[in-house]
Amino acid sequence: MASSLFGIGILSWMTFLPVLGMVVVLMLPKGRPGLTRWTALAVTLVQVALAAVLFGYFDRSLAGISSQGTMQFVEKARWIDVQGVSWFGRVHIEYLLGIDGLSVVMVLLTALISCVAVISSWTIEKSLKGYFALLLLLDTGMMGVFVALDFFLFYMFWEVMLLPMYFLIGIWGGSRREYAAIKFFLYTLLGSVLMLLAMLALYFSTNVYIDPAGTLYSIAEGAKLGIPGLEKIHTFNLLQMMDPGNFVPGSLLAGFNTFWRYAAYVALFIGFAIKVPLFPFHTWLPDAHVEAPTPISVILAGVLLKMGTYGMLRISFPIFPDAMRHFAWELALLGVISMVYGALVAMAQTDFKKLIAYSSISHMGIVVLGMASMNTQGMMGAVFQMFNHGTITAMLFLIVGVLYDRAHTRGLNEFGGLMNQMPRYAGMMTVAFFAALGLPGLSGFVSELLSLLGAFQTFQTLTIISAVTIVLTAGYMLWVLQRVFLGTLPDKWKGLTDLNARETLMLASLAAIVIFLGIYPAPMLNLMNTSLNALSGIVLHGGAGTMMGMN
Amino acid sequence: MAHETLITLSLAILLLPLAGFVLLIFFGRRLPRQGDWLGTGLITVSFALAVTVLVQKLTQYHDETLGLSFSWINFHDVPLVGPLKLVLGVQVDNLAAIMLCVVTLVSMLVHLFSIGYMRGDVRYSRYFAYLGLFSFSMLEIVLADNLFLLYVGWELVGICSYLLIGHWYEKKSASNAAIKAFITNRVGDFGFLIGMLTLYATFHTFNLRELFEGIQRLPGDGQGWLTAAGVLIFCGAIGKSAQFPLHVWLPDAMEGPTPVSALIHAATMVAAGVYLVARTFPLMTGDALMVIAYIGAITAFIAATIAIVQNDIKKVLAYSTISQLGYMIMSMGVGGYTGGFFHLTTHAMFKAGLFLGSGSVIHAMHHALHRQNDHHTDAQDIRSMGGLKARMPVTFWTFVVFTLAISGVPLTSGFLSKDEILAGTLAFAGLTGHALIPVIGFLVAGLTAFYMFRVVILTFLGEPADAGRMEHVHESPAVMTIPLVILAALSLCFVFSLNPVDASGSWIARAVERPATVVPSVLAGPGAQEFEEGVRHFHWTAMALSLTVAGMGILAAFMTYSWKKINADAIEAALRPVHTFLLNKWYFDELYNGVLVRGLLGATVVLRWFDNTVVDGIVNGAGLVTRGVSFVSGRFDHYVIDGLVNLTAWVSGAFGLLFRKTQTGRVQTYVVLALFSVMIFYFIFRLG
Repeated sequence: MASSLFGIGILSWMTFLPVLGMVVVLMLPKGRPGLTRWTALAVTLVQVALAAVLFGYFDRSLAGISSQGTMQFVEKARWIDVQGVSWFGRVHIEYLLGIDGLSVVMVLLTALISCVAVISSWTIEKSLKGYFALLLLLDTGMMGVFVALDFFLFYMFWEVMLLPMYFLIGIWGGSRREYAAIKFFLYTLLGSVLMLLAMLALYFSTNVYIDPAGTLYSIAEGAKLGIPGLEKIHTFNLLQMMDPGNFVPGSLLAGFNTFWRYAAYVALFIGFAIKVPLFPFHTWLPDAHVEAPTPISVILAGVLLKMGTYGMLRISFPIFPDAMRHFAWELALLGVISMVYGALVAMAQTDFKKLIAYSSISHMGIVVLGMASMNTQGMMGAVFQMFNHGTITAMLFLIVGVLYDRAHTRGLNEFGGLMNQMPRYAGMMTVAFFAALGLPGLSGFVSELLSLLGAFQTFQTLTIISAVTIVLTAGYMLWVLQRVFLGTLPDKWKGLTDLNARETLMLASLAAIVIFLGIYPAPMLNLMNTSLNALSGIVLHGGAGTMMGMN
Repeated sequence: MAHETLITLSLAILLLPLAGFVLLIFFGRRLPRQGDWLGTGLITVSFALAVTVLVQKLTQYHDETLGLSFSWINFHDVPLVGPLKLVLGVQVDNLAAIMLCVVTLVSMLVHLFSIGYMRGDVRYSRYFAYLGLFSFSMLEIVLADNLFLLYVGWELVGICSYLLIGHWYEKKSASNAAIKAFITNRVGDFGFLIGMLTLYATFHTFNLRELFEGIQRLPGDGQGWLTAAGVLIFCGAIGKSAQFPLHVWLPDAMEGPTPVSALIHAATMVAAGVYLVARTFPLMTGDALMVIAYIGAITAFIAATIAIVQNDIKKVLAYSTISQLGYMIMSMGVGGYTGGFFHLTTHAMFKAGLFLGSGSVIHAMHHALHRQNDHHTDAQDIRSMGGLKARMPVTFWTFVVFTLAISGVPLTSGFLSKDEILAGTLAFAGLTGHALIPVIGFLVAGLTAFYMFRVVILTFLGEPADAGRMEHVHESPAVMTIPLVILAALSLCFVFSLNPVDASGSWIARAVERPATVVPSVLAGPGAQEFEEGVRHFHWTAMALSLTVAGMGILAAFMTYSWKKINADAIEAALRPVHTFLLNKWYFDELYNGVLVRGLLGATVVLRWFDNTVVDGIVNGAGLVTRGVSFVSGRFDHYVIDGLVNLTAWVSGAFGLLFRKTQTGRVQTYVVLALFSVMIFYFIFRLG
């Protein structure tokens, strides 16, 4: 199973292949745009192929989450090991990669969306080499976040992704690109700082044993084994942080339901919530989307937003199950506000892209509501919704991009009658819009329903309020459809051409996934099921021992 | 025929139209005749299979429910719950078997009719594709053995309705109507969804049988929430079956092609609400059924009053449909399960017939107006018709049969089912004292007869509104009249019961028996046994009364519009406010547009402002404050911190300047200075 090439595991290949590609792109001679594009495409295609291998060989019965033994495709190496740094003690940081049912879904999504984004970047003309180099670096950052099992490594990838994004928006963006790029950068950086604080607090609060070979043992294991030469050190290992026995008694984050644990949870939460983005941290998103070039919007909505919810599921929930339970209602509330508020604000937009951006906020609210439910259905709904939102919103942004490429405007009120002018385009759009409004038979429906199903068992009133969005979403989606595609075609758009082969390829492949998973979601749900049952168990029982009354 | 074969056939019935949809969507325009034969052929096969299934079901497995299910999502070992699966499946009971036949039959006839009606349409093949998708979705509702699949089909028929109402989407009114239909339905579905979630949260299943078993196992008291669950599920029916207060979408839905109105907005989809109530009937508490009964009655009454004054032939039929759906819902509510479903079946035939008949008329009118180069006269306005009987005999005579059926005249199927419903309302009133229900029931029966004959008289009888136009009016082609004749034949009572005055012994009454309730006895409504006795007791009373009111309605219509004994205009003038009120459909649209839609849009604009100004304002404000602070600290840094540094440097510099003067480079000076220093030090230390 642990397939490797040149002694390097598959996850490392997937993560660092884009960096290799970046180096190649940078070394390519200038004035060969075709070569640059094809190189980037080749890299992402290989990534997709590797993702397919992962999908094939992934063991659906292993839980992962908090146990390294059931993580899959694990790669481990000693990365930084410095003895006796003043008051830090021995700093030992591992290069630890691995995936479980939670991350494999995100890895698949990242590979897919990166590939689509590269295809969608074909029309980029400005400083091509720099663009593709940054895009590939971004790919590495995203992939790294989803496979890292060490907090330090996770944080590093998180930051790596920030920089290319800043330049991609700031250089290749629209008219207010600098404002949007800086807003995105600073906002995310603010979150990163909070995350960094929480990370350091966790680092100094946890202890593990390490043997001379560099293997980590939890405190309980170490005491039982009694191997000579064990040394007690702090660690960034996420899985060890999830073991309550590893917390140093008397340290800042020891115990359960303490003020500092809540504070650390909230700090982490804000860091992740900015990324999702949850109300009220969301205003960077519409600006970033409106200014970003289409492929970057696709990546932003398709993958980047999921890093927030992924972070909560991967880090916040299993490490702080007590705080998660304590704040579950508030978390659900923010999810519901994002859903309803996002939908209402979306309805008032006149810019096509801004509307989709707000709909994105609304749809990510469902993810948060689903995972706040703490039960399997809700969490599966949430993770599945993360994947589906990735594909569906990618389609929506591609659709906006196709129109903008041709008409150079995104004003919803300037169009009409495109259904007849661009039939193939209209077909793709129909699938994407209907998926976004939760039509059964398309993937969005399954994940939304599962999220609500789970959420209703935990928070009845909030779920009922949130379900209003099924009406609102239908409202604004159909209204857009009417304004842009129905009615009669204004004379000035008589020259618009239908999708070309490249555009059809991207949209059709995403549409195929959306339809397939809508009819038969089991392949994707089976991937995550075992892990999410385990995570739900940890969240419900972890920490204080029993689940507190919730309703 | 074996179980498995029957189930396989049912699945084939379900999937054939879907195959038609997929083929037509991708290859429709490239097929000869744009593939109309493909869609029609496949649904015909479906219909043939449905008849087979029905016959086999009724003869071999009369009291059994055949089913097939599979695990769709496996949650495995869920914490706190244990192993959990989402199992989906189909079931064929008598209810489903009959509905399979009804849906495929009407769909087939509408396919056939459309070949004539839609000829030369811009999106001919797309139209047939959507018809296929609709048939599939509707059949899925019929076959579902669980609320989940029901909901899936529910939404899918909704989107088909959207697509077909908006078929001529170049017209703004058509796309508006399509959106209105979908959104209004979603409001109802919101309740349906919450109801589903409520039941799932308790029983962890969507399967209807398991839900019923679960409810049966509940302790007797403290289950009042079942009423809420029942009413919430019924919300779905309120939307789909266009019940008050969500009935507003159906009249607008007439923007769609007329055959679509016949199939979706008369015979099948709108009846899905009734079917949903029938499916979930056992879990409805007495209070929930009471709500259902009153909603149905109110709807039947409101719609019937509006239908009287409408002049658009399709609008009259639309309100008539709402009214009749209210009838069925009311019947379900009072406990007349069999009667409600029976009326669904008979109504599907004659109302589909009425719509197709009106389609035939509109088709002819369009043709005639086109020939006259008249682009102003409304082809659907009954005031511009008249005397069509002579030019369109088949359409006329079939239309008369349908009208007799809907009015409840003996020897028609409508007579039987309507009588069943009315007897049920009387029985209900006898058991519970809610006398308003039968009063509305009979009143509506009279109104129905009146407004339907008004349409017949104004459209087909009397003098033509325009003699010149008449010459261009022709009977529709056979492909359109044959479906009318078939439906007319099926609107006669003998199809359902050989006894023309009592359907209680008919095959359909035996096949569709009211299921036992599963709710705790304290919550249940009147028992089935007592209700049946009441129905038998009131059978002849109901029949006599309904014949009387129908006769009065018909008579009044002839007196007013044919023999002109009653002056309609005078009555209209005398009752001006009432007439205006009815003509404006009780102002529901104005209310909803003025309050709900505008309120919502206003709220979105306010929130957009809030988002841009307040939420983003805080972010930008924080940025601004940071910049301000950094400006100040920059100045501070420049003037104070750096100033200190510079001051130090300046002081040093000043001293340097001073001392530079001593750096003359001449040895003598140094020697003198050194001597001075030594002397100074000497004195200092001496003194110290």
